[in-house]
Amino acid sequence: MVNSNTKILIVDDDIDFLTQLEINLKSEGYNVITAEGQQAAEEILKEITPDLAIVDLMMENMDGGFSLAYHIKKKDQSVPVILVTAVASETGLEFDAATDEERSWVKADVFLAKPIRFEQLLREIKKLLKQG
Amino acid sequence: MEVLKTLVVDDELGMRMSIKRALTKYKANLPDIDEPVIFDVDVAETGEEALDKINTEKPDVLLLDYKLPGISGLELLEKVTSQDNEMVTIMITAYASIETAVTAVKRGAFDFLSKPFTPDELCKTVSKAAHKLILARRVRKLEQEKHQVRFQFISVLGHELKSPLNSVEGYMDIMKKKTLGEELSAYEKMVDRCLIRIDGMRKLIYDLLDLTRIESGQKKRELQEHGIVKFAETAVETALPVANEKEVSINLEAPDSIRMLCDSGEIEIILNNLISNAVKYNRQKGSVNIALSQQDDLVTISVKDTGIGMSEEEASRLFQEFVRIRNEQTKNIQGSGLGLAIVKKIVDLYHGTIEVKSTPGEGSTFTVILKNSER
Repeated sequence: MVNSNTKILIVDDDIDFLTQLEINLKSEGYNVITAEGQQAAEEILKEITPDLAIVDLMMENMDGGFSLAYHIKKKDQSVPVILVTAVASETGLEFDAATDEERSWVKADVFLAKPIRFEQLLREIKKLLKQG
Repeated sequence: MEVLKTLVVDDELGMRMSIKRALTKYKANLPDIDEPVIFDVDVAETGEEALDKINTEKPDVLLLDYKLPGISGLELLEKVTSQDNEMVTIMITAYASIETAVTAVKRGAFDFLSKPFTPDELCKTVSKAAHKLILARRVRKLEQEKHQVRFQFISVLGHELKSPLNSVEGYMDIMKKKTLGEELSAYEKMVDRCLIRIDGMRKLIYDLLDLTRIESGQKKRELQEHGIVKFAETAVETALPVANEKEVSINLEAPDSIRMLCDSGEIEIILNNLISNAVKYNRQKGSVNIALSQQDDLVTISVKDTGIGMSEEEASRLFQEFVRIRNEQTKNIQGSGLGLAIVKKIVDLYHGTIEVKSTPGEGSTFTVILKNSER
Protein backbone atom coordinates (compact mmCIF):
# COMPACT_ATOMS: atom_id res chain seq x y z
CA MET A 1 0.00 0.00 0.00
CA VAL A 2 1.03 3.55 -0.64
CA ASN A 3 1.74 4.60 2.95
CA SER A 4 3.35 1.45 4.28
CA ASN A 5 6.80 2.98 4.53
CA THR A 6 5.54 5.85 6.63
CA LYS A 7 6.05 5.22 10.34
CA ILE A 8 3.64 7.03 12.64
CA LEU A 9 4.21 6.97 16.39
CA ILE A 10 1.10 7.48 18.54
CA VAL A 11 1.37 8.11 22.26
CA ASP A 12 -1.61 8.20 24.59
CA ASP A 13 -2.45 6.76 28.00
CA ASP A 14 -6.05 6.33 26.91
CA ILE A 15 -5.95 2.75 25.65
CA ASP A 16 -9.21 3.13 23.71
CA PHE A 17 -8.06 6.18 21.82
CA LEU A 18 -4.78 4.44 21.07
CA THR A 19 -6.49 1.30 19.76
CA GLN A 20 -8.92 3.25 17.60
CA LEU A 21 -6.27 5.44 16.10
CA GLU A 22 -4.08 2.43 15.40
CA ILE A 23 -6.90 0.64 13.57
CA ASN A 24 -7.86 3.72 11.56
CA LEU A 25 -4.31 4.61 10.57
CA LYS A 26 -3.47 1.02 9.67
CA SER A 27 -6.53 0.89 7.44
CA GLU A 28 -5.02 3.86 5.59
CA GLY A 29 -1.92 1.76 5.13
CA TYR A 30 0.39 3.50 7.60
CA ASN A 31 2.98 1.68 9.63
CA VAL A 32 1.79 2.40 13.18
CA ILE A 33 3.77 2.19 16.41
CA THR A 34 1.91 2.73 19.67
CA ALA A 35 3.11 3.74 23.12
CA GLU A 36 0.93 3.87 26.21
CA GLY A 37 2.87 6.61 27.91
CA GLN A 38 5.79 8.95 27.82
CA GLN A 39 8.29 6.39 29.15
CA ALA A 40 7.36 3.76 26.61
CA ALA A 41 7.56 6.37 23.88
CA GLU A 42 11.04 7.50 24.96
CA GLU A 43 12.20 3.87 24.79
CA ILE A 44 10.82 3.50 21.26
CA LEU A 45 12.49 6.76 20.21
CA LYS A 46 15.88 5.30 21.13
CA GLU A 47 15.40 2.66 18.44
CA ILE A 48 13.57 4.45 15.69
CA THR A 49 12.77 7.88 14.35
CA PRO A 50 9.16 8.08 13.20
CA ASP A 51 8.07 10.06 10.16
CA LEU A 52 5.34 11.68 12.24
CA ALA A 53 4.21 11.58 15.88
CA ILE A 54 0.77 12.03 17.41
CA VAL A 55 1.10 12.78 21.12
CA ASP A 56 -1.55 13.26 23.79
CA LEU A 57 -0.92 16.21 26.05
CA MET A 58 -2.34 14.79 29.27
CA MET A 59 -0.45 11.76 30.25
CA GLU A 60 0.47 10.55 33.70
CA ASN A 61 2.77 13.52 34.21
CA MET A 62 0.73 16.59 33.62
CA ASP A 63 3.06 17.94 30.95
CA GLY A 64 4.19 14.61 29.53
CA GLY A 65 3.01 15.51 26.06
CA PHE A 66 4.91 18.76 25.96
CA SER A 67 8.22 17.29 27.05
CA LEU A 68 7.84 14.31 24.74
CA ALA A 69 7.15 16.61 21.79
CA TYR A 70 10.24 18.57 22.78
CA HIS A 71 12.37 15.41 22.85
CA ILE A 72 11.11 14.28 19.46
CA LYS A 73 11.94 17.66 17.94
CA LYS A 74 15.33 17.72 19.62
CA LYS A 75 16.19 14.39 18.13
CA ASP A 76 15.05 15.35 14.66
CA GLN A 77 13.66 18.79 13.98
CA SER A 78 11.99 17.63 10.77
CA VAL A 79 9.60 15.11 12.42
CA PRO A 80 6.12 16.65 12.43
CA VAL A 81 4.35 16.43 15.79
CA ILE A 82 0.60 16.60 16.30
CA LEU A 83 -0.43 17.29 19.89
CA VAL A 84 -3.91 16.19 20.88
CA THR A 85 -5.67 17.16 24.06
CA ALA A 86 -8.95 16.60 25.82
CA VAL A 87 -8.50 19.47 28.25
CA ALA A 88 -8.64 22.51 25.99
CA SER A 89 -12.38 22.90 25.87
CA GLU A 90 -13.05 22.29 29.57
CA THR A 91 -10.37 24.45 31.06
CA GLY A 92 -10.68 27.27 28.58
CA LEU A 93 -7.02 26.72 27.84
CA GLU A 94 -6.36 27.47 24.24
CA PHE A 95 -3.37 26.22 22.43
CA ASP A 96 -2.42 26.78 18.92
CA ALA A 97 0.67 26.31 16.89
CA ALA A 98 -0.24 28.56 14.01
CA THR A 99 2.32 31.33 14.44
CA ASP A 100 6.11 31.17 14.57
CA GLU A 101 6.08 32.62 18.05
CA GLU A 102 3.83 29.82 19.33
CA ARG A 103 5.84 27.22 17.51
CA SER A 104 8.99 28.52 19.15
CA TRP A 105 7.94 27.35 22.61
CA VAL A 106 5.33 24.71 21.84
CA LYS A 107 7.21 22.01 20.03
CA ALA A 108 4.31 20.89 17.92
CA ASP A 109 3.13 21.58 14.43
CA VAL A 110 -0.59 21.10 14.98
CA PHE A 111 -2.92 21.08 17.97
CA LEU A 112 -6.14 19.09 17.90
CA ALA A 113 -8.84 18.91 20.57
CA LYS A 114 -10.47 15.60 21.45
CA PRO A 115 -12.81 14.19 20.33
CA ILE A 116 -10.94 14.12 17.08
CA ARG A 117 -12.61 13.43 13.78
CA PHE A 118 -10.42 10.94 12.05
CA GLU A 119 -10.95 12.53 8.63
CA GLN A 120 -9.63 15.81 9.96
CA LEU A 121 -6.65 14.12 11.57
CA LEU A 122 -5.91 12.35 8.31
CA ARG A 123 -5.97 15.65 6.41
CA GLU A 124 -3.49 17.13 8.88
CA ILE A 125 -1.23 14.08 8.60
CA LYS A 126 -1.22 14.24 4.80
CA LYS A 127 -0.52 17.96 4.89
CA LEU A 128 2.41 17.51 7.27
CA LEU A 129 3.79 14.61 5.27
CA LYS A 130 3.26 16.64 2.07
CA GLN A 131 1.05 13.98 0.59
CA GLY A 132 -1.85 16.44 0.31
CA MET B 1 -6.11 44.19 62.34
CA GLU B 2 -8.79 45.15 59.86
CA VAL B 3 -8.88 48.78 58.76
CA LEU B 4 -12.13 50.30 57.59
CA LYS B 5 -11.96 53.49 55.57
CA THR B 6 -14.45 55.92 57.03
CA LEU B 7 -15.68 59.16 55.54
CA VAL B 8 -17.33 61.81 57.73
CA VAL B 9 -19.45 64.32 55.84
CA ASP B 10 -20.55 67.36 57.83
CA ASP B 11 -20.47 71.08 57.15
CA GLU B 12 -19.60 71.88 60.79
CA LEU B 13 -15.87 71.77 61.39
CA GLY B 14 -16.32 70.99 65.09
CA MET B 15 -18.50 67.97 64.33
CA ARG B 16 -16.09 66.61 61.71
CA MET B 17 -13.15 66.96 64.03
CA SER B 18 -14.77 65.44 67.09
CA ILE B 19 -16.06 62.43 65.15
CA LYS B 20 -12.65 61.97 63.56
CA ARG B 21 -10.93 62.17 66.94
CA ALA B 22 -13.27 59.68 68.60
CA LEU B 23 -13.11 57.12 65.77
CA THR B 24 -9.37 57.34 65.20
CA LYS B 25 -8.81 56.33 68.81
CA TYR B 26 -11.42 53.61 68.70
CA LYS B 27 -10.59 49.92 68.35
CA ALA B 28 -13.68 47.73 67.92
CA ASN B 29 -13.73 44.13 69.08
CA LEU B 30 -16.62 42.57 67.23
CA PRO B 31 -18.36 39.26 67.90
CA ASP B 32 -17.29 36.39 65.53
CA ILE B 33 -14.49 38.52 64.14
CA ASP B 34 -11.04 37.58 65.37
CA GLU B 35 -9.17 40.74 64.58
CA PRO B 36 -9.94 44.12 66.12
CA VAL B 37 -11.24 46.69 63.67
CA ILE B 38 -9.84 50.20 63.45
CA PHE B 39 -11.00 53.18 61.45
CA ASP B 40 -9.05 55.30 59.01
CA VAL B 41 -11.06 58.53 59.02
CA ASP B 42 -11.28 61.10 56.25
CA VAL B 43 -13.58 64.12 56.20
CA ALA B 44 -15.58 66.09 53.66
CA GLU B 45 -17.33 69.43 54.07
CA THR B 46 -19.89 69.30 51.31
CA GLY B 47 -21.94 66.70 49.46
CA GLU B 48 -19.99 67.42 46.27
CA GLU B 49 -16.65 66.85 47.96
CA ALA B 50 -18.06 63.71 49.56
CA LEU B 51 -19.20 62.28 46.19
CA ASP B 52 -15.72 62.85 44.82
CA LYS B 53 -14.11 61.07 47.72
CA ILE B 54 -16.60 58.20 47.61
CA ASN B 55 -15.79 57.60 43.97
CA THR B 56 -12.04 57.81 44.37
CA GLU B 57 -11.36 56.54 47.89
CA LYS B 58 -14.18 53.96 48.10
CA PRO B 59 -14.82 54.26 51.83
CA ASP B 60 -16.31 51.34 53.77
CA VAL B 61 -18.30 53.43 56.24
CA LEU B 62 -20.02 56.71 55.53
CA LEU B 63 -21.17 59.08 58.30
CA LEU B 64 -23.44 61.52 56.60
CA ASP B 65 -25.00 64.69 57.94
CA TYR B 66 -28.62 65.06 56.95
CA LYS B 67 -28.38 68.78 56.45
CA LEU B 68 -25.72 69.88 54.01
CA PRO B 69 -25.36 72.94 51.81
CA GLY B 70 -25.60 72.09 48.10
CA ILE B 71 -26.44 68.41 47.61
CA SER B 72 -28.40 67.40 50.69
CA GLY B 73 -27.56 64.37 52.77
CA LEU B 74 -30.61 62.50 51.52
CA GLU B 75 -29.82 63.21 47.86
CA LEU B 76 -26.29 62.04 48.38
CA LEU B 77 -27.55 58.93 50.12
CA GLU B 78 -29.77 58.14 47.18
CA LYS B 79 -26.92 58.63 44.74
CA VAL B 80 -24.49 56.37 46.55
CA THR B 81 -26.96 53.57 47.26
CA SER B 82 -27.96 53.45 43.60
CA GLN B 83 -24.27 53.08 42.70
CA ASP B 84 -24.19 49.64 44.27
CA ASN B 85 -21.30 50.43 46.57
CA GLU B 86 -20.05 48.05 49.21
CA MET B 87 -20.53 50.71 51.87
CA VAL B 88 -22.62 51.17 54.98
CA THR B 89 -24.08 54.58 55.68
CA ILE B 90 -24.97 56.09 59.04
CA MET B 91 -27.14 59.17 58.82
CA ILE B 92 -26.53 62.00 61.26
CA THR B 93 -29.71 63.93 61.98
CA ALA B 94 -29.86 67.33 63.60
CA TYR B 95 -32.56 66.42 66.07
CA ALA B 96 -34.29 63.29 67.18
CA SER B 97 -36.79 63.15 64.37
CA ILE B 98 -38.07 59.66 63.81
CA GLU B 99 -39.45 60.70 60.44
CA THR B 100 -36.09 61.78 59.12
CA ALA B 101 -34.48 58.64 60.40
CA VAL B 102 -37.14 56.47 58.79
CA THR B 103 -36.73 58.24 55.46
CA ALA B 104 -32.97 57.78 55.65
CA VAL B 105 -33.21 54.08 56.44
CA LYS B 106 -35.77 53.61 53.69
CA ARG B 107 -33.35 55.15 51.24
CA GLY B 108 -30.57 52.78 52.17
CA ALA B 109 -28.95 54.05 55.37
CA PHE B 110 -27.98 51.30 57.80
CA ASP B 111 -28.58 53.32 60.97
CA PHE B 112 -28.84 56.86 62.28
CA LEU B 113 -27.33 59.02 65.02
CA SER B 114 -29.17 62.02 66.36
CA LYS B 115 -27.30 65.06 67.52
CA PRO B 116 -26.14 65.54 70.13
CA PHE B 117 -24.45 62.19 70.70
CA THR B 118 -21.61 61.06 72.93
CA PRO B 119 -18.40 59.51 71.56
CA ASP B 120 -19.58 56.30 73.14
CA GLU B 121 -22.87 56.31 71.23
CA LEU B 122 -20.95 57.12 68.06
CA CYS B 123 -18.57 54.20 68.53
CA LYS B 124 -21.38 51.80 69.33
CA THR B 125 -23.32 52.71 66.18
CA VAL B 126 -20.22 52.61 64.00
CA SER B 127 -19.16 49.24 65.38
CA LYS B 128 -22.61 47.80 64.61
CA ALA B 129 -22.29 49.05 61.03
CA ALA B 130 -18.75 47.66 60.76
CA HIS B 131 -19.95 44.29 62.03
CA LYS B 132 -22.67 44.13 59.43
CA LEU B 133 -20.30 45.16 56.66
CA ILE B 134 -17.62 42.64 57.52
CA LEU B 135 -20.06 39.76 57.87
CA ALA B 136 -21.74 40.62 54.57
CA ARG B 137 -18.35 40.64 52.87
CA ARG B 138 -17.47 37.25 54.33
CA VAL B 139 -20.73 35.76 53.14
CA ARG B 140 -20.12 37.13 49.68
CA LYS B 141 -16.60 35.73 49.62
CA LEU B 142 -17.78 32.31 50.76
CA GLU B 143 -20.45 32.29 48.09
CA GLN B 144 -17.91 33.15 45.44
CA GLU B 145 -15.63 30.36 46.60
CA LYS B 146 -18.52 27.93 46.62
CA HIS B 147 -19.41 29.02 43.14
CA GLN B 148 -15.82 28.49 42.02
CA VAL B 149 -15.62 25.00 43.56
CA ARG B 150 -18.90 24.09 41.94
CA PHE B 151 -17.77 25.35 38.58
CA GLN B 152 -14.59 23.30 38.78
CA PHE B 153 -16.53 20.23 39.86
CA ILE B 154 -18.88 20.54 36.90
CA SER B 155 -16.12 21.05 34.35
CA VAL B 156 -14.21 18.01 35.60
CA LEU B 157 -17.44 16.03 35.68
CA GLY B 158 -18.13 17.07 32.10
CA HIS B 159 -14.71 15.82 31.11
CA GLU B 160 -15.18 12.51 32.95
CA LEU B 161 -18.55 11.95 31.28
CA LYS B 162 -17.32 12.87 27.82
CA SER B 163 -14.37 10.55 27.94
CA PRO B 164 -16.33 7.24 27.84
CA LEU B 165 -18.67 8.70 25.22
CA ASN B 166 -15.74 9.60 22.99
CA SER B 167 -14.34 6.14 23.42
CA VAL B 168 -17.58 4.30 22.64
CA GLU B 169 -18.25 6.60 19.70
CA GLY B 170 -14.80 5.91 18.28
CA TYR B 171 -15.39 2.15 18.37
CA MET B 172 -18.87 2.51 16.89
CA ASP B 173 -17.42 4.51 14.05
CA ILE B 174 -14.90 1.78 13.26
CA MET B 175 -17.67 -0.84 13.36
CA LYS B 176 -19.93 1.21 11.14
CA LYS B 177 -17.22 1.66 8.53
CA LYS B 178 -16.31 -2.01 8.91
CA THR B 179 -12.68 -0.95 8.98
CA LEU B 180 -11.63 -4.44 10.08
CA GLY B 181 -13.65 -6.21 7.41
CA GLU B 182 -16.87 -8.24 7.44
CA GLU B 183 -15.84 -10.79 10.07
CA LEU B 184 -17.81 -10.07 13.29
CA SER B 185 -15.22 -11.68 15.55
CA ALA B 186 -12.74 -8.97 14.62
CA TYR B 187 -14.85 -6.53 16.58
CA GLU B 188 -15.37 -8.55 19.74
CA LYS B 189 -12.70 -6.76 21.74
CA MET B 190 -14.22 -3.42 20.82
CA VAL B 191 -17.62 -4.46 22.05
CA ASP B 192 -16.01 -5.53 25.32
CA ARG B 193 -14.25 -2.20 25.69
CA CYS B 194 -17.50 -0.34 24.95
CA LEU B 195 -19.26 -2.32 27.67
CA ILE B 196 -16.47 -1.62 30.16
CA ARG B 197 -16.55 2.11 29.44
CA ILE B 198 -20.34 2.22 29.67
CA ASP B 199 -20.16 0.36 32.97
CA GLY B 200 -17.62 2.87 34.26
CA MET B 201 -19.88 5.71 33.22
CA ARG B 202 -22.82 4.18 35.02
CA LYS B 203 -20.72 3.78 38.17
CA LEU B 204 -19.74 7.43 37.90
CA ILE B 205 -23.37 8.48 37.65
CA TYR B 206 -24.33 6.33 40.66
CA ASP B 207 -21.45 7.77 42.68
CA LEU B 208 -22.45 11.24 41.63
CA LEU B 209 -26.00 10.65 42.82
CA ASP B 210 -24.73 9.28 46.15
CA LEU B 211 -22.52 12.31 46.58
CA THR B 212 -25.29 14.77 45.75
CA ARG B 213 -27.69 13.06 48.10
CA ILE B 214 -25.23 13.15 50.97
CA GLU B 215 -24.22 16.75 50.30
CA SER B 216 -27.72 18.10 49.90
CA GLY B 217 -28.84 16.33 53.07
CA GLN B 218 -31.98 15.38 51.19
CA LYS B 219 -31.61 11.69 51.66
CA LYS B 220 -33.27 10.87 54.92
CA ARG B 221 -30.84 9.00 57.11
CA GLU B 222 -32.37 5.94 58.65
CA LEU B 223 -30.47 5.40 61.85
CA GLN B 224 -31.02 1.98 63.33
CA GLU B 225 -29.07 -0.36 65.50
CA HIS B 226 -27.28 -2.80 63.17
CA GLY B 227 -24.76 -5.56 63.55
CA ILE B 228 -22.34 -4.29 60.92
CA VAL B 229 -20.39 -7.50 60.30
CA LYS B 230 -23.04 -8.65 57.83
CA PHE B 231 -22.42 -5.53 55.74
CA ALA B 232 -18.73 -6.35 55.63
CA GLU B 233 -19.53 -9.91 54.55
CA THR B 234 -21.73 -8.62 51.72
CA ALA B 235 -19.04 -6.20 50.60
CA VAL B 236 -16.51 -9.05 50.53
CA GLU B 237 -18.89 -11.14 48.41
CA THR B 238 -19.32 -8.25 45.99
CA ALA B 239 -15.56 -7.92 45.62
CA LEU B 240 -14.95 -11.66 45.20
CA PRO B 241 -15.27 -11.98 41.39
CA VAL B 242 -12.55 -9.40 40.78
CA ALA B 243 -10.49 -10.78 43.66
CA ASN B 244 -10.67 -14.31 42.23
CA GLU B 245 -9.58 -13.06 38.85
CA LYS B 246 -6.45 -11.56 40.44
CA GLU B 247 -6.10 -14.45 42.91
CA VAL B 248 -6.33 -11.99 45.77
CA SER B 249 -7.36 -13.51 49.09
CA ILE B 250 -9.71 -11.60 51.38
CA ASN B 251 -9.73 -12.16 55.14
CA LEU B 252 -12.34 -10.69 57.41
CA GLU B 253 -11.73 -10.49 61.13
CA ALA B 254 -14.71 -9.18 63.05
CA PRO B 255 -16.46 -10.16 66.25
CA ASP B 256 -20.19 -10.66 65.64
CA SER B 257 -20.90 -8.52 68.66
CA ILE B 258 -20.18 -5.23 66.91
CA ARG B 259 -23.34 -3.20 66.81
CA MET B 260 -23.83 0.43 66.09
CA LEU B 261 -26.51 2.97 65.44
CA CYS B 262 -26.09 3.79 61.78
CA ASP B 263 -27.67 4.09 58.38
CA SER B 264 -27.12 0.72 56.70
CA GLY B 265 -26.71 2.26 53.24
CA GLU B 266 -23.95 4.54 54.45
CA ILE B 267 -21.96 1.76 56.10
CA GLU B 268 -22.34 -0.34 52.95
CA ILE B 269 -20.90 2.48 50.82
CA ILE B 270 -17.88 2.82 53.13
CA LEU B 271 -17.15 -0.91 53.18
CA ASN B 272 -17.79 -1.46 49.48
CA ASN B 273 -15.48 1.38 48.48
CA LEU B 274 -12.63 0.45 50.80
CA ILE B 275 -12.76 -3.26 50.02
CA SER B 276 -13.16 -2.92 46.26
CA ASN B 277 -10.28 -0.43 46.20
CA ALA B 278 -8.11 -2.82 48.21
CA VAL B 279 -8.80 -5.50 45.57
CA LYS B 280 -8.54 -3.23 42.52
CA TYR B 281 -5.22 -1.68 43.49
CA ASN B 282 -3.73 -4.97 44.72
CA ARG B 283 -1.11 -7.08 43.04
CA GLN B 284 -1.67 -10.50 41.55
CA LYS B 285 -1.96 -13.09 44.37
CA GLY B 286 -2.03 -10.35 46.99
CA SER B 287 -4.20 -10.21 50.06
CA VAL B 288 -6.76 -7.96 51.72
CA ASN B 289 -7.17 -7.97 55.49
CA ILE B 290 -10.27 -6.40 56.92
CA ALA B 291 -10.60 -5.88 60.67
CA LEU B 292 -13.61 -4.51 62.49
CA SER B 293 -13.48 -3.68 66.16
CA GLN B 294 -15.41 -1.75 68.77
CA GLN B 295 -14.36 0.10 71.85
CA ASP B 296 -16.89 2.09 73.86
CA ASP B 297 -18.76 4.20 71.33
CA LEU B 298 -16.07 3.97 68.63
CA VAL B 299 -16.15 1.48 65.77
CA THR B 300 -12.95 0.97 63.82
CA ILE B 301 -12.83 -0.40 60.29
CA SER B 302 -9.40 -1.13 58.93
CA VAL B 303 -8.68 -2.43 55.43
CA LYS B 304 -5.14 -3.43 54.62
CA ASP B 305 -3.93 -4.39 51.16
CA THR B 306 -0.69 -5.60 49.63
CA GLY B 307 -1.10 -3.42 46.58
CA ILE B 308 0.77 -0.72 44.77
CA GLY B 309 0.66 1.81 47.61
CA MET B 310 1.22 5.49 47.15
CA SER B 311 3.43 8.38 48.18
CA GLU B 312 2.57 10.74 51.02
CA GLU B 313 1.82 13.50 48.56
CA GLU B 314 -0.58 11.24 46.68
CA ALA B 315 -2.23 10.13 49.92
CA SER B 316 -2.84 13.73 50.91
CA ARG B 317 -4.94 14.38 47.80
CA LEU B 318 -6.80 11.09 47.91
CA PHE B 319 -10.06 12.19 49.50
CA GLN B 320 -10.74 15.05 47.11
CA GLU B 321 -13.31 14.70 44.38
CA PHE B 322 -12.08 13.33 41.07
CA VAL B 323 -8.60 12.71 42.37
CA ARG B 324 -7.23 9.50 40.95
CA ILE B 325 -3.62 8.64 41.31
CA ARG B 326 -2.43 8.34 37.74
CA ASN B 327 0.65 6.34 36.95
CA GLU B 328 1.78 3.34 34.94
CA GLN B 329 0.28 0.94 37.46
CA THR B 330 -3.14 2.57 37.77
CA LYS B 331 -3.83 3.60 34.21
CA ASN B 332 -5.84 0.53 33.33
CA ILE B 333 -7.84 0.50 36.56
CA GLN B 334 -11.33 1.92 36.19
CA GLY B 335 -12.73 4.30 38.76
CA SER B 336 -15.00 7.28 39.04
CA GLY B 337 -12.65 9.28 41.21
CA LEU B 338 -15.51 9.91 43.61
CA GLY B 339 -15.47 6.81 45.82
CA LEU B 340 -13.16 8.03 48.58
CA ALA B 341 -14.63 11.54 48.48
CA ILE B 342 -18.00 9.94 49.23
CA VAL B 343 -16.52 7.79 52.00
CA LYS B 344 -14.98 10.88 53.57
CA LYS B 345 -18.31 12.73 53.48
CA ILE B 346 -20.07 9.83 55.17
CA VAL B 347 -17.35 9.50 57.80
CA ASP B 348 -17.91 13.18 58.57
CA LEU B 349 -21.59 12.47 59.18
CA TYR B 350 -20.49 10.11 61.97
CA HIS B 351 -18.01 12.68 63.34
CA GLY B 352 -15.39 10.09 62.53
CA THR B 353 -11.98 10.04 60.95
CA ILE B 354 -10.40 8.34 57.96
CA GLU B 355 -6.73 7.99 57.35
CA VAL B 356 -4.39 6.09 55.13
CA LYS B 357 -0.93 4.73 55.81
CA SER B 358 0.89 3.60 52.73
CA THR B 359 4.24 2.45 51.45
CA PRO B 360 4.74 2.54 47.69
CA GLY B 361 5.13 -0.96 46.34
CA GLU B 362 4.07 -2.62 49.60
CA GLY B 363 0.50 -1.63 50.23
CA SER B 364 -1.91 0.67 51.99
CA THR B 365 -4.01 0.53 55.14
CA PHE B 366 -7.17 2.58 55.36
CA THR B 367 -8.50 3.12 58.85
CA VAL B 368 -11.97 4.51 59.46
CA ILE B 369 -13.14 5.34 62.97
CA LEU B 370 -16.85 5.98 63.37
CA LYS B 371 -18.70 7.31 66.38
CA ASN B 372 -21.74 5.33 67.32
CA SER B 373 -24.48 7.76 66.29
CA GLU B 374 -26.68 9.05 69.05
CA ARG B 375 -30.37 8.84 68.80
